[in-house]
Amino acid sequence: MTAAFIYSLMFYFTAAIAVLATLLMITRHNAVHALLYLIISSLSMAIIFYLLGAPFAAVLEVIIYAGAVMILFVFVVMMLNLGHKSVEQEAAWLPAKGWIVPSVLAALLLIVLIAGLGEPENLRGVHLVGVKEVGISLFGPYLLVVELASFLLMAGLVGAYHLARQTTPTPKFDDSGTSTSKTQGDEA
Amino acid sequence: MIDAVIIDHAFILAGILFCLGLAGVLVRRNLVFVLISLEVMLNAAGLAFIAAGSAWGQPEGQIMFLAVVTLGAAEVAVGLGLTLLLFRRFNSVDIDQLNQLKG
Repeated sequence: MTAAFIYSLMFYFTAAIAVLATLLMITRHNAVHALLYLIISSLSMAIIFYLLGAPFAAVLEVIIYAGAVMILFVFVVMMLNLGHKSVEQEAAWLPAKGWIVPSVLAALLLIVLIAGLGEPENLRGVHLVGVKEVGISLFGPYLLVVELASFLLMAGLVGAYHLARQTTPTPKFDDSGTSTSKTQGDEA
Repeated sequence: MIDAVIIDHAFILAGILFCLGLAGVLVRRNLVFVLISLEVMLNAAGLAFIAAGSAWGQPEGQIMFLAVVTLGAAEVAVGLGLTLLLFRRFNSVDIDQLNQLKG
């Protein structure tokens, strides 16, 4: 009884931290602060995965989301080199009444999602699914998923390299319409 | 007995996080924040997969979570590449400037 109580207490505490960190994250003006809250959100999600009996997913969450994806975001924020100017710009871009309609829409969607959960009777109890079962299943019947994931990551790598490649300072083959403010950003 | 409620509440938590990410995508104009909010939405979908896999005791939930994480990583790499391209072209990360695709 006490173990179950501590378990549910951990779950709700971590869930509250995840929701709070996400709420703070989407309202920040500074990108680095939002990234710090995203790290907290990812770590609390990892704890929730562990509590739900999925230790492999918890480890992946920490390594990939709180590690690799965050490094990507930090690199891009560093390359964009947005300073105090951008914080003021963000504050100007986010008026309080701009939040009303999207919040109402998201709340309606949340009501529909929660109402749609209903009372599924046969989905009861937390089962531990360890790394061994996931690995056996992943490299057995779901080998195609591994291959598709490698294809997708390769395509993402090539696409990101091609898109973010630094071209010559004065690009020659561009369309005519937007060529006025084009060369300013190349030093950044 | 308590665990059964936990699974239901994990689905509700996934719904809450998904809607928070959706609100972020709708409200923000900075492309970096839009991508961060998209990550939150993908993360919430992964939580729903994990909760379902935990409810049935099957490893398929974690395998689908792996696929979602791979998709999110590829998406954020390409999206941040597009962000850099947008910044070099317009010297800004405002997605409202991307309104000139008029053929």
